[in-house]
Amino acid sequence: MNTDTATIQTFEHDVVIIGAGGAGLRAAIECSAQGLDTAVVCKSLLGKAHTVMAEGGAAAALGHNDPRDNWKVHFRDTMRGGKFLNHWRMAELHALHSADRIRELEEWGAVFDRNSDGYINQRPFGGHRYSRLAHTGDRTGLEILRTLQDHGVHQGIHVHQECTALTLLKDSDRISGVFGYWRDSGRFVVFKAKAVVISTGGAGKCWRITSNSWEYTGDGMEMAYSSGADLIDMEFTQFHPTGMVWPLSVRGILVTEGVRGEGGILLNSEGDRFMFRYIPDRFREETADSPEESQRWLEGETSARRPPELLTRDVVAKAILEEVDKGRGSPHGGAFLDIAGQRDAELIKRKLPSMYHQFRELAEVDITKEKMEVGPTLHYMMGGIAVDGETQMTSVPGLFACGECTGGMHGANRLGGNSLSDLLVFGWLAGRGVGVYIGALGNSPQVLSDQVEQARRDAVAPLNCDDGENPYLLHEELQYIMNKDCNIVRTGDGLERAIVELHKLKGKARRVQVSGASQYNPAWHEALSLRSMIVVAEAVALSALVRQESRGAHTRLDFDGEHEEWGKLNVVVSRQADGSMGVRKVDRGSPPDHLAAIAYSNLDSLEGGVHV
Amino acid sequence: MSEHIFRIWRGDSSGGDFVDYKTDVDDGMVVLDVLHRIQAKQAGDMAVRWNCKAGKCGSCGMEINGIPKLACMTRMNNYSQRDVITVQPLMTFPVIKDLVCDVSWNYEQNLKISPFKPSPPDSDGRHRMMQEDVDRIQEFRKCIECYLCQDVCHVIRNQGRKDRFVGPRFLIRAASLVLHPLDVEDRIPAVRDELGSGFCNITRCCTDVCPENIGITDNAIIPLKEHVTDRYYDPVAWILRKVTGRIRSGVE
Ligand SMILES: Cc1cc2nc3c(=O)[nH]c(=O)nc-3n(C[C@H](O)[C@H](O)[C@H](O)COP(=O)(O)OP(=O)(O)OC[C@H]3O[C@@H](n4cnc5c(N)ncnc54)[C@H](O)[C@@H]3O)c2cc1C
Ligand code: SF4
Ligand code: SF4
Ligand code: FES
Repeated sequence: MNTDTATIQTFEHDVVIIGAGGAGLRAAIECSAQGLDTAVVCKSLLGKAHTVMAEGGAAAALGHNDPRDNWKVHFRDTMRGGKFLNHWRMAELHALHSADRIRELEEWGAVFDRNSDGYINQRPFGGHRYSRLAHTGDRTGLEILRTLQDHGVHQGIHVHQECTALTLLKDSDRISGVFGYWRDSGRFVVFKAKAVVISTGGAGKCWRITSNSWEYTGDGMEMAYSSGADLIDMEFTQFHPTGMVWPLSVRGILVTEGVRGEGGILLNSEGDRFMFRYIPDRFREETADSPEESQRWLEGETSARRPPELLTRDVVAKAILEEVDKGRGSPHGGAFLDIAGQRDAELIKRKLPSMYHQFRELAEVDITKEKMEVGPTLHYMMGGIAVDGETQMTSVPGLFACGECTGGMHGANRLGGNSLSDLLVFGWLAGRGVGVYIGALGNSPQVLSDQVEQARRDAVAPLNCDDGENPYLLHEELQYIMNKDCNIVRTGDGLERAIVELHKLKGKARRVQVSGASQYNPAWHEALSLRSMIVVAEAVALSALVRQESRGAHTRLDFDGEHEEWGKLNVVVSRQADGSMGVRKVDRGSPPDHLAAIAYSNLDSLEGGVHV
Repeated sequence: MSEHIFRIWRGDSSGGDFVDYKTDVDDGMVVLDVLHRIQAKQAGDMAVRWNCKAGKCGSCGMEINGIPKLACMTRMNNYSQRDVITVQPLMTFPVIKDLVCDVSWNYEQNLKISPFKPSPPDSDGRHRMMQEDVDRIQEFRKCIECYLCQDVCHVIRNQGRKDRFVGPRFLIRAASLVLHPLDVEDRIPAVRDELGSGFCNITRCCTDVCPENIGITDNAIIPLKEHVTDRYYDPVAWILRKVTGRIRSGVE
C-alpha cells in the first residue's frame, strides 16, 4: 500500500477513457485514429463490460427488412418512446448516424444475422415502428464488443484493466487526469491526461432487483458530479418488464425483449393475455387490438399492427406490476411469458439460444415447452451526465462522457436497441470532440499533488477505520430504500422518506470499515463504490420528488399522467459550493423546427411514399 | 435448504492452501452464489471474478472438483450433500489471489492474429453474405473468452508450450477469420507458424469443457489443420479430397 503521494505510479496519455464498454471502446478507436495517445481504464477485464451482455440488438434504420424505414421514422419513434423529453439534437444525431456505425462494424469483422437477401437482418422490438434491430441471435452485445475489442487492440490503444478510477483531477477548471487503484494489488495510480472520457455505464446496483452486474455502481456519474458537471433526467430509471423471478438467486437477470420480438406473449395466472387492456391512447392507432391481428403480424403481414407486448417498456412493466397487485400474478410474483405456444422449438433455439440455455441451466425450464415467469427489473438509467450533444463535452473543460452514463438522449424512456446504437454514435462523436479540444488546447494541464493526496486519504479511510459500519450491510440498506420508495411507482411521501433515509445512510457510510489489506479485497471495493451509489441514489430521489407528473419511466401515484408544462422542463442536479446536492428545473427551450415537424408528423409523410 | 462443505483454495502468488467452509445452500443456487455467501458471511476478503451471473461474460471460470467450469452456471443440485466441493482457480495461469488468476497471456495471444481485412463492398456500399455461409463462423464467435479450454489443454497446461501454441480459443478465432466470407488475408502461414496449430493433437478436451458448446476441435481446429496440410505437405491429398469428398484425419 503506498503511503507517500510522490511514489504513486503515474502514466501520461493524451486522453484517458474510463470504461471499456461499447461507448468507451468506440471513443478510444476514434481518438487513436486521430493520432492521440489513448488509454482505456476499466474495472474488470477487457471484453467483460456490460455491453457484452446485451442481447436483443442494435437499432438502426438500415431499411433492410422494410424499405419504408428511414432515419426520420427512427427519430420519431425515439422521441415518442422518450415522451418528447429527449435532447432533440442528440436524438437526431443518433437516428442519422446509427446505420453508418453498424455498417462500419461489419467492415471491422462483425457478423450480424442475415436476411434472405444476404444483408444484415433486422428484428422487431418494442416501440420501433419497423423491424429495426441488427442482431446476432441473442448475443448482439458480445458480437459488437468483441468486434470493437479486436479492432481496437491493433490500433495501439493502451488498456489498463482491473483498475478502478476514483477521482478526477483538475488544474483550475480544466481536467488534468484521473486517480485510481489497481484492484489486484490495491496500489494507487495516477493517469495524467489532457482530456478524460467517462463511459462507465449505469448504476443499477442501487436497487435490489436489477439486470446489472456489480460494476454498475454509478462511479462515472459521481466523479463527473463531484468535479462540477451536471446530472440530468435522473428521475428516469428504466425497469425492464421481463427479468427472471425464479429461482431467487437469479432474480432480476434479464430475459431479452427479443422473446417478445420473436412472438412471445404475456399471460396472467388466469391465462388472460392482459396487454390488450393496457394500450395507451397515444399508441392505440399503431397497436393490434386482437390476438388475431397479432398473429397476422407475426406471420409477416405488413398491414397488421404490432402486438401490445411490444409497447414501450414503461407500459409493459407497469402492466405486469398491476396484474400482480390485483392477485393475478404467477406463483413467484410475476407474469407468464410464453413463446412455446407461438413458435416451434427449432426456431426458438436458433433465434434465442442463450435464453434457451439460461432458463434450462438456471431455472430448469425448457422454454420450447414451458412458460417463463418474468417480472420487472431495474435495467437502465436514462438520466446521467449532461453533455453537449455535438461534442459530448460536459460543462467541465476536457471532461467528456458517452454511453449509458450520460443523460438526455433517451428522454423519459429508452427504446430497446437504442442503447447499443447510442454507444456507437456517441462514442464516435466523443472521440471527435476530444480531438478538437486537444487540438485547440494550449499548455498541458498539470496534476496537482495536493489533490492526489486528498484522493488517496479518502480512499484509505475505510482501511484505517475502527469500529465502523459494514459496507455490505450498508449496500443492502441502500437497496432496500430504493426498492421501497424509489421504485417503479413513486409518491411524494415515499420519496421524502427515501431522501431522509439516504442522508442517514450517507452519515454511516463516512464511517465504513473494512478488514484485511488492500490487495484484491472485495469489501474495500464495495466500500469505495458505495460512495458513488449513494450520490446517484440521492440524485434519483431528489429529481423524482421535483418532477410532479408521470411520464415514461417516472410514475408518481400522486400526480397522474403527463403535464404539458413539465414537457418543457428537465430536472438537473449539481453539486453546490457547500458540498450539498442542488436540484433545479431547466427550461428546454423550443425544439428546432425541422425536428419538431418530424416528431409530430404522421407516418405516411415520413415513409417517403414507399409502399409495400 | 441444505448444508455443504466447500474446500476453497486461499492464497496468492507466494503460496496458499485449501480452507474448508461449511455453508447453507438454498434451492436453485449455483456455485457462484455459494461463494458470494461465504464471502459475505465468513471470508470478506476472498477474491472471485464475476460479472454477468448468466454465462455471458466468461469471467467466473474456475476448477470445481477438478473440472474447469463457469461458477455462475454450475448448479448446486449437481452435487450431493455428502460431497465436499473443491474449488480452485484455473491452474494453468499464475494465481493472483484466491480464485482469481492472471489471464493476461491470453490477451497477448490474441495480438498474434492479424486484423480482419475485408474485400471491398458492393457498388451500393453494402456487403452481402448468406446466412448459411456465416453459420459456422457465428458458432466460433459465440466464444465468451472464459479460457476454460485454454486451462484444460495439455499442450499449455502440462507441456508448457505457452511460447509456441496460442491454444484452442485463438485457433477458433483464427478459424472465424479464415472462414469469414469477406476476409481476404492469407492466414494459413500464420496458423502454422505463429499460432502453432501443429501442437494440437486432437484430444478434444477443450471441446468437452466449452460452456458455449462450440465444436472447437472438429469444426475449427481440424479444418484449419487441413488447410495447413494442403498448403505445405500434401497438395495431392487436397485434390483427392476434392474428388472423393473424404475427410482426412487432421494429424499433420
Ligand atoms: C442484460 C442486458 C441486456 C441488454 N440488452 C440490450 C440490447 O439488446 N440492446 C440495447 O441497445 N441495449 C441493451 N442493454 C443495455 C446496454 O447493453 C447498455 O446500456 C450498454 O451496453 C452500456 O454500455 P456502456 O459502454 O455505456 O457501458 P458498459 O458496457 O457497461 O461499460 C462500462 C465500463 O466502465 C467500466 N467502469 C465502470 N466504473 C468504472 C470505474 N470506476 N473505473 C474504471 N472503469 C469503470 C467497466 O469496467 C466497463 O468497462 C442491455 C443491458 C443488459 C444489462
Ligand atoms: S484438441 Fe487440441 S487444442 Fe483442444 S485440448 Fe486437445 S490438444 Fe488442446
Ligand atoms: S472456446 Fe469455449 S471454452 Fe474456450 S474460451 Fe471460448 S467459450 Fe470458453
Ligand atoms: S459471471 Fe459471467 S460467465 Fe459467469
